[in-house]
Amino acid sequence: MADYNDPFEALFALQRALDARHDSDWMGESTAGIGSYPPMNIFQKGDDFVAIVELPGVSKNDLQIEAKENTIRIFGNKTINYEKTASVHRRERLSGVFDRTISIPIQINPDGIRAEYRDGVLAVFIPRAESEKPRIIKIT
Amino acid sequence: MTNQQEVQVQEKRELEKKQEGTIPGRVFVAVADIFETDQALTVVLEMPGVNKESVDVRVENDMLSVEGSVDFSNYAGLQPVYTEYNVGNYARTFQLSSKIEQGSIRAELKDGVITLILPKSEEQSRGKSLSAKRTQDSRPASGVLSLASL
Repeated sequence: MADYNDPFEALFALQRALDARHDSDWMGESTAGIGSYPPMNIFQKGDDFVAIVELPGVSKNDLQIEAKENTIRIFGNKTINYEKTASVHRRERLSGVFDRTISIPIQINPDGIRAEYRDGVLAVFIPRAESEKPRIIKIT
Repeated sequence: MTNQQEVQVQEKRELEKKQEGTIPGRVFVAVADIFETDQALTVVLEMPGVNKESVDVRVENDMLSVEGSVDFSNYAGLQPVYTEYNVGNYARTFQLSSKIEQGSIRAELKDGVITLILPKSEEQSRGKSLSAKRTQDSRPASGVLSLASL
């Protein structure tokens, strides 16, 4: 496990770790799910999972999350409003609707999912189902 | 709804640096929209994960540079299992074609999007020649703006 105490080392270590798991087969056949926006990273945190999604410019009110069994759906719309009178020099930001469903390849507890949204980043905390948690086997 | 098109995934572009930094790690180019009205130039940059305290906006020698740092401590204890994008700090620099009123730049940060409103200086919007402006304003134009203080 990387040591994230030194901020510069932390950045580098994190970037390398993210690269190493890029499009890993952890999600199996269901990788893309339905829809491709927004891109997401999935992390393990103890027994549970955290999905981190970048949604710059999407307001909290335009963002919805649904969970059912082991699928999570993130959908909404991103709107960009500029004054009509302005002359545009550069237009790189994209807007529109999005709808993405992913299937987590393990049993999760959909009732325990919670989400936080701050500074254009959504974090979805996904608890593993009790039945999935490893049991300590007592040796007799 | 007027806008029903689907949002497309934009691959993050890595910043091409002129000098090598002493700090390892990648810096990404923030996606930007720029538009101009008679009064001001507006620059909108997407920097997800950047908060108010970690944005640095500078105007120096007609160059606007914006840098945003991401708080990596949020990732402590997280082990990636599946990833589609990388995270890093953001930076972008633009050459300004109009003279900007340094003191009255306004900045706003919402949902990971920074909006900078750069008012054009009076002489510029009245259409005075640039050379006249240059002699009038001989001191070097530079300024640093901190979002935290706004």
